[in-house]
Amino acid sequence: MSRPPKDGAQSGDWPGALFAALKRAEIRHVAYVPDAGHAQVIARAIADPALIATALTTEEEGIGLLLGAWLGGQRGVLLMQSSGVGNCINALSLHANVRFPLPLLVTMRGEWAEFNPWQVPMGRATQASLELMGVSTSRADKAEDVEAVVAGALDLAFNGECATAVLLGQRLIGRKVWIK
Amino acid sequence: MRARLDRREAVAALLAARGDLLVVAGLGSPAYDLMAAGDHDGNFYLWGGMGSAVPIALGLALARPDRPVLALTGDGEMLMGLGALATVARAAPRNLTVVVLDNGRYGETGMQESHTASGTKLAEVAKACGFRRATTIQTLKGIADLRRNLRATGGPRFATVAIVADNAPRVLPPRDGVFLKTRLRASLGLRSI
Repeated sequence: MSRPPKDGAQSGDWPGALFAALKRAEIRHVAYVPDAGHAQVIARAIADPALIATALTTEEEGIGLLLGAWLGGQRGVLLMQSSGVGNCINALSLHANVRFPLPLLVTMRGEWAEFNPWQVPMGRATQASLELMGVSTSRADKAEDVEAVVAGALDLAFNGECATAVLLGQRLIGRKVWIK
Repeated sequence: MRARLDRREAVAALLAARGDLLVVAGLGSPAYDLMAAGDHDGNFYLWGGMGSAVPIALGLALARPDRPVLALTGDGEMLMGLGALATVARAAPRNLTVVVLDNGRYGETGMQESHTASGTKLAEVAKACGFRRATTIQTLKGIADLRRNLRATGGPRFATVAIVADNAPRVLPPRDGVFLKTRLRASLGLRSI
C-alpha cells in the first residue's frame, strides 16, 4: 500500500523543487538542524557528493558557519524550523556587521492547524524577529510557488550579500499527525 | 596548582612563522592577543556574536581544506557554544585546530570566574565530543609542539592553554566587519561582489 501524503500537505514535489533551486544557485554547503519539514531536502543533501551537509546542535551555529564558508568562497544555506529562528538572534549581528550571503530556509510551526501550543509563541514571532534583525523575509504557502520564492531569496542573498529567509508555511508542509 | 602561561607569550609563540594559517579569534582578550601577535590579512576578529568563533572557523576550514585554520578563543566564549565542539567532531575537518586560552575568568567583564575555574575541563569535553586529539597545554614546549602540528592533517585538534588570569593591555583589532571580510577573502584571491 502506498503511503498517503501527510494530512493536508500540498501535492507536488516541493522538496524536489527546493533542492533543484539550491543546485541551480551552486550551493555547496547545506547546514541544518534535523526537521520533519526539511527531511527530504536534508536526505538529498547528505546523499549528494557535491554538497557538504553539516548537522548542527543549534541553529545559531549555522550563522557563523555560513560566514566562515563565505570567507572561504563557498556558498551555503541554512535549513531550520521556525523555533530555531529564536536561537539565532544575537548571532545575526554577525550579518549586520560583516554582510555576507545568508539564505535561511525556515519551515513554519505554530500557525495553520498547529496541535502543540508550545510551538505557537515562536511561530507567531518568527517573521517579526527576523525583520528586526535585518533579514528580508518571503513566504511560500503553495507547492507551485516554492521554487521561484526560494530561487529569488538565494539570488538576493548572493547578489547583495543579504540575509534572506523563506518561510515555508505550515499548510504547505501539512498537519503533523499526533494520534494514529 | 598547574603551571600557567603568559597569554601574549603563548599566542606569539603559537603564531610564529604562521605561513598560510588562517585565524578566527573570539571576542575580547583572544582577539587582542591575536592582534598583539601581529595583524595579518588571514586574521578575522570577532567583536560580538559570542559563541561563533568555532562555527566560523569550521565553515572556513570546510570551504578551504587546503589551508590550515585556527579558532583562537577563550574559556568564556567556548562555554557559550559547547555544542559547536560536537558539530566540529562530526564534520571532522582535518585542517582545523581549536585553541582555548583558559584563565577560568571572564576578562572583559571584570574577571568573574568561569565554569572552568570550578572544574569543567574543556579538553575532556572536546575528547568526549569526538575530537581525535585534545590536550591541555601548560608549557611553552607544549605550544611549540602544537605549532608544529597546525599544518598536519590529523585534525580536528583541540587544545586548552592554561594561562595566567591577568588583564594584558588591550591591543584593539579593526572592528569594521566588512573590512575584515573583504581583506581575508582578497588574501584568498576572492573578489568583492
